[in-house]
Amino acid sequence: MGSSSSSRNKIPNAQELMDQTGFSSAHLLRLYDRFECLDRDNKGYLSPDDFEAVGGLAMNPIGGRIIDAFFSSGQDTVDFSSFVWILAHFRPTDRNRNKEGTQQELPDSRTRKLKFAFQLYDLDRDGKISREELLQVLRAMLGLQVTEEQLQSIAERAIQEVDLDKDDAISFDEFKKSLEKVDIDTKMSIGFLK
Amino acid sequence: MEDLWTVAVAVFQLWMFVVVFLITLPAMFGLSLGVTSVYIQILVKLLEWATIRIQRGRQEQPSVPAPLPNGIIERAEGSMEEEMEQLRRSRSLEGGEFALSDALYFCKKGLESIVDDQVTQRFSSEDLASWNLLTRTNQNFRYISLRLTIFWGIGVFVRYCVLFPLRIALAIIGLSWLVIGTTLVGFLPENSVKYWLSEVVHLTCYRICARALSATIRYHNKENRPQKGGICVANHTTPIDVVILANDGCYAMVGQIHGGLMGVIQRSMVRSCPHVWFERSEMKDRHAVTSRLRAHVAAKTKLPILIFPEGTCINNTSVMMFKKGSFEIGGTIHPVAIKYDPRFGDAFWNSSKYNMVSYLLRTMTSWAIVVNVWYLPPMTIQDGEDAVQFANRVKSAIACRGGLLDLAWDGSLKRGKVKDAYKEEQQKMYSRVIVRQNGISATHTRRDDQA
Repeated sequence: MGSSSSSRNKIPNAQELMDQTGFSSAHLLRLYDRFECLDRDNKGYLSPDDFEAVGGLAMNPIGGRIIDAFFSSGQDTVDFSSFVWILAHFRPTDRNRNKEGTQQELPDSRTRKLKFAFQLYDLDRDGKISREELLQVLRAMLGLQVTEEQLQSIAERAIQEVDLDKDDAISFDEFKKSLEKVDIDTKMSIGFLK
Repeated sequence: MEDLWTVAVAVFQLWMFVVVFLITLPAMFGLSLGVTSVYIQILVKLLEWATIRIQRGRQEQPSVPAPLPNGIIERAEGSMEEEMEQLRRSRSLEGGEFALSDALYFCKKGLESIVDDQVTQRFSSEDLASWNLLTRTNQNFRYISLRLTIFWGIGVFVRYCVLFPLRIALAIIGLSWLVIGTTLVGFLPENSVKYWLSEVVHLTCYRICARALSATIRYHNKENRPQKGGICVANHTTPIDVVILANDGCYAMVGQIHGGLMGVIQRSMVRSCPHVWFERSEMKDRHAVTSRLRAHVAAKTKLPILIFPEGTCINNTSVMMFKKGSFEIGGTIHPVAIKYDPRFGDAFWNSSKYNMVSYLLRTMTSWAIVVNVWYLPPMTIQDGEDAVQFANRVKSAIACRGGLLDLAWDGSLKRGKVKDAYKEEQQKMYSRVIVRQNGISATHTRRDDQA
């Protein structure tokens, strides 16, 4: 009859997940509840429609891109471990670790955040953001608010600025370089409460 | 065997005596033997003790995780412009113009909403700050002490074996009385005696039903109670809202005709006094609905209509967008704010998770229903205000009085997708950030005028 008590025993590989991702037990439980809440048909995994039902995501101009980035390796389902893994990359990086090592910084966390962001642009996952792809993302973010010519000129300017090897596309290294002064760690972290 | 049988019969007779004479009859006359208030006081003391005990237990065992009642993340408070500015500060170019880092803002916002969003959380039960000794709300409150577990065990026994049969019996009596009473009254000719009798039948039945839920209702500002010919609007949490409000006055209900037991009840109710029931097909035709309601309100002698403009059940932490249809009918609006105390039982009906029967069973096996009802002063639409603005004004008044959050989101998001208008808003805001540069702004403003 309805909801049963949420305990750590329900979550598969709870201890492992906690150790790998650095989430505390309380966070993991809340994420599990959130996972169950999003998983409307109780399938045990999430599909793209489940994400599309989230209000805040549906009104996000690049909501579709963010959903795609979750289903990165060609699969069309996300189980709980992958869900937590992806979100773990956006935990705020904690400089002081004086508790029992529960707030470790994940290795390459900055690179992974950048990779996630790169995937928002690189639609066909070929490792390069082509002019077409950039135009598509710009169109998504601006909708009908700008004309086609304005869009083209914005894209042109952006590529010129960032494209160092002049191949008319932005590679991951060029992307990284253009964002090297941006404080990715804070700007792309979700403020998980302690 | 014989002795066992006679003992069982005697116990049953005693029990029925208690139910009928000590609960049902006083309830019908609006009196109370005070048992429920003593029960509530004991419960409050018990829950306070339990909270302290759990906190102490948590301090002693630091490995026990603390619950996060206010959501799992905190969001940055800046606007889109401020956030983008910070993202771009590293670049040499001036403001405006697109930067690859802009997508990071949307990415972060998107991920935040995946983890926790304002709307979806309103469609699931409120989180409690501390466990209230019900199994179903046991969110990871692990074993703390023996005494706590004993009380929990006693609670289970009391709720399921003592209170539950009592409540079921009362509910059956209440509903049958409603059906029988209203059918009998329906045979009378239309005169003031009939109306008075109909009010009596409705009131007594709802009082019995309130007892069936161990409901303790506190009404505030009774001088603002809805009058005849008015429209009563309230925030919607559960179908029990109807019972709560109807305990203190008679209303004409509005709704769809259902089949089954509900349908029988609805059809007999309408025999004694004019409720407004719609067929499912009629509900789609907003014009027909509005004109019927308008006709009802115009006859100033009819009972006030009870409407829940949110259109769906929300979890009693917030008030969502009011549909403007109810505010286009005309007449005086009497707002009412309803707030349930979550410690004693979760009143919210999560219709996607539970059906009506399991919801009622859960409610009848909770501790009690403790609810505050505030009657607000009547409001009418003012000059120069359209229905939407009026609806928002009423909504804010209700949210303010009931201590609920005032959200602009549409309750129907529970079932359907977000309208594109919200996405367009975001796109508009972003385009304003980008095209502040000279080169593009000229053409942009021209486009803006056309749009």
